[in-house]
Amino acid sequence: MLQRLRRRVSGTMVAMWLIGLAILAVVVVGTIRTLASGAYSGAEWLDLSIYGIAQGSIYALIALGYTLVYGILRMINFAHSEVFMSGPFIAYFAATAVDDAGLLEDQNWVFGLLIVMLVAMVVSTTVAVLLERIAYRPLRRAPRLVPLITAIGASFFLQYTFLGLFGSGIRGYPEIEALKGRMMIPGTSIPILRTQLLVIVAAMLMLAILYIFVQRTKVGKAMQAVSEDKDAAALMGIDVDRIIVVTFVVGGALAGAAGIFYVLLFHQVHFFMGFFPGLKAFTAAVLGGIGNVTGAMLGGLFLGIAESLFPNLVLDGLGIPAPYQLKDALAFVLLVLILIFRPSGILGERLAVKKA
Amino acid sequence: MQKRIRFSWAAPSPPDLAATDQVLPFAWSIPVLSGVIGGSIAVFLSLLGMVEVSSGRDIISDVLSMGQVLVLLPLIYATYRSVNQTALLACVDQDKKRIAPWLFLAGALAGLVSCALLALLVLIGTTVDLQAFFVRASPTLYDLLTLGMGVPAGLLVLLAIGALVGILLAAVSLLPGQLRRSIVLGMVLIPVVAILHSTLFSGSGLSLLAAVIILLLVGGASYLWSSSQDTVKERVADLSPARQRNMRLGAWVAAGLIVLALPLLGAYPADILDMIGLYALMGLGLNIVVGFAGLLDLGYVAFFALGAYTLGVLTSPEILWTGVTLTFWQALPFAVGVSTLAGIILGVPVLGMRGDYLAIVTLGFGEIIRLVFLSDWLKPYIGGSNGITRIAKPAIGPIVLNNQQGLFYPILVGCLVVAFISLRSKNSRLGRAWMAVREDEDVAQAMGIDLVRTKLLAFATGAAFAGLAGAFFATKLTSIYPHSFHLLVSINVLCVVIVGGMGSIPGVVVGSLALVGLPEVLREFSEYRLLMYGAALVLMMLNRPEGLLPEARRRLELHEADEELEDYAAAELETLPATAAAANPVPPGGLTESGDQ
Repeated sequence: MLQRLRRRVSGTMVAMWLIGLAILAVVVVGTIRTLASGAYSGAEWLDLSIYGIAQGSIYALIALGYTLVYGILRMINFAHSEVFMSGPFIAYFAATAVDDAGLLEDQNWVFGLLIVMLVAMVVSTTVAVLLERIAYRPLRRAPRLVPLITAIGASFFLQYTFLGLFGSGIRGYPEIEALKGRMMIPGTSIPILRTQLLVIVAAMLMLAILYIFVQRTKVGKAMQAVSEDKDAAALMGIDVDRIIVVTFVVGGALAGAAGIFYVLLFHQVHFFMGFFPGLKAFTAAVLGGIGNVTGAMLGGLFLGIAESLFPNLVLDGLGIPAPYQLKDALAFVLLVLILIFRPSGILGERLAVKKA
Repeated sequence: MQKRIRFSWAAPSPPDLAATDQVLPFAWSIPVLSGVIGGSIAVFLSLLGMVEVSSGRDIISDVLSMGQVLVLLPLIYATYRSVNQTALLACVDQDKKRIAPWLFLAGALAGLVSCALLALLVLIGTTVDLQAFFVRASPTLYDLLTLGMGVPAGLLVLLAIGALVGILLAAVSLLPGQLRRSIVLGMVLIPVVAILHSTLFSGSGLSLLAAVIILLLVGGASYLWSSSQDTVKERVADLSPARQRNMRLGAWVAAGLIVLALPLLGAYPADILDMIGLYALMGLGLNIVVGFAGLLDLGYVAFFALGAYTLGVLTSPEILWTGVTLTFWQALPFAVGVSTLAGIILGVPVLGMRGDYLAIVTLGFGEIIRLVFLSDWLKPYIGGSNGITRIAKPAIGPIVLNNQQGLFYPILVGCLVVAFISLRSKNSRLGRAWMAVREDEDVAQAMGIDLVRTKLLAFATGAAFAGLAGAFFATKLTSIYPHSFHLLVSINVLCVVIVGGMGSIPGVVVGSLALVGLPEVLREFSEYRLLMYGAALVLMMLNRPEGLLPEARRRLELHEADEELEDYAAAELETLPATAAAANPVPPGGLTESGDQ
């Protein structure tokens, strides 16, 4: 009996579970000590959570791009962070033009913002489709590391192309007067920044539309079929190449929209701005189970909230100075832990062949 | 019977399979598309500012600057592509003279279209203020592109140059093979010699006379060599084995002496050599992980950082909590040990993952290490953002190696040791196990290979080499800061391995020479370094995934499919009538090339 158990439980597994328990203990102790010390008020926690939700819905939008492409091509589109960056970066020129034309003033800011957003989405989509056409399509049948290395190369090429063409400076977006300040969430007495409310509502709307698109429309179903089995889908009369392009279009458009939401929160663009959100969105996609559309949405929200709450909640209690500096490191720690303990994500992967 | 194919202006008559003379329409799309590609690249390089920054350096004094060469290169590519594909379309690789006028037309047209795009850029730039968008679109750039002749005149000259380049290239392509190769080699070597000349002797380019002499000398030598190389090779083969061995030994000793003498060139060349050595060291380590075992490690910089920080913490008199201040040689084993240990600790949980997850986890690990080093949390122990300074220098007996020249030798020894270990392990049982895991994990496991142990050994060996490189890096700079250990270091090392050829040991050396040495020689382009690395990665993966100096096994693996296709296409060509063959030409380089149309 004991021998059979010993054969099934290897030393590495025991070590990993011990590490897991230790981390859990650290988290619990940190949380209790922070809460007991009462360093933050309830309103501050609420603020942090709302900020986390806004940030998380942006991660969710980007994560969808990763998850859709991974579901179909089994490759990490490492350059997706540059797809996210390029949209708002080019749309900056549109935004200044729109601002000069007075379209971001009192009455018609919605119209102006829609124009800017459209530009960002079109640019991001174009970049995504060009990437697919030039860099990824010739490598469909290459050994598995080759497309990933190509994607990494493309990512750096795009980043430094933007640096070379448009300079290394940070460009400040024009601010929208009507979106400044706070308001109450309708029907409640919870204060919220207007931009955050807009971002959360718009992002949720887009996520809902995408969900319906993937689940209900013919193209969405074709996407699912291709991610299930490319050859069988082709035999069923689905144009696989076209569906792959559609996937990149959808991912690009969502990334462009996410870029504008990001700009609404942070008001600036920079050539390196895609890197961290991109990595975190990938974390979110893995968190929810890669290839899984709902998972990416939930993973993004979870990561956003975790990232804004954890440093204060856990690290503060452990007496680590300036916990905010470790915010990015925490996201990566989370990624590493998930991949170690539950590599298929919270909701499970939707991949036809495991370990593909 | 081989059919003869001609071009005509007009659409062809219905194909007549019995006719010996096949008339095809001239494919206008080839030169136009080639011209658009070349012109777009030229415009892109101009807008990036590369043309402007490099125009300060002369290739041939008062005749040709590097900026102009940079515009000429895409132009030459466009015309080459156009002429080559037009010739291929007609299937006249042997007898190009028959369609010579068409080749001239194809070349000239591609050149014209390319230059028209550049002219368009100048026209737009001089009427609209482009600088609001593109920061480098300055009047100086337009001045350079119009050769300082102003808008109408300069543009016409530009177009004329485009057409001229096309015609010259078509003319060169019509020359017989040996002569053509000699001329091309001479032309390529002129800028190479000029750039080396101006790097070593600050600034000035070659004189026109010198350029002509180089062209004649190199071209002549290569022409002579190509006609006499067979006899030379025969003669060497006729020598006795003992003398052949002596000759080889002599060559090795001479090469070794040259390498040993290289740091004597001065402090600055020695500094570059040190960096090349460090990257070769890291590259050899990553080569084991990525090239041999096929594990894509994007957090390689973490082990490099751990090695550097261990050495710093142990040897710097500023860091007192350890209670000891060791010398360099005492601390070196600890640096390597800590990195190896980190490799094992990270390796145990992550090595069960599939390849692309591993890449992201290691990337995350690299960033965690950097962010933790940077934070205030560990500041009392490892200096935080202030870093660690006053790191010990290595000493051999009474001689302290405290300059860049002296440091070259320990780095060189490190490289040799690491290369020796790689070389010996490559063909050992372990090395073969690594490659089996790289090719197919499941099959390898079925063959009785312990996956975790094998992967862990690769990971730990790679980490140990990175730790060694980190220790040398720390002592080279004597001070280290967290921002020296950015993700970009991992990417640079990955580029070195991939450009050189994954799994190939001489490839790593060539890769670090090309990617670390070249940017130092071409200092103007330092800000475009990562742009070029990115482009190099993509182009390498698309066109030559096996690298510059490929490992034999890898080349086979990556080109097996191509060769099958080529064989198939060749068989198809033989069976089909010539019309079909002409419509679907198979380029000699394999079908991979036709993907870029």
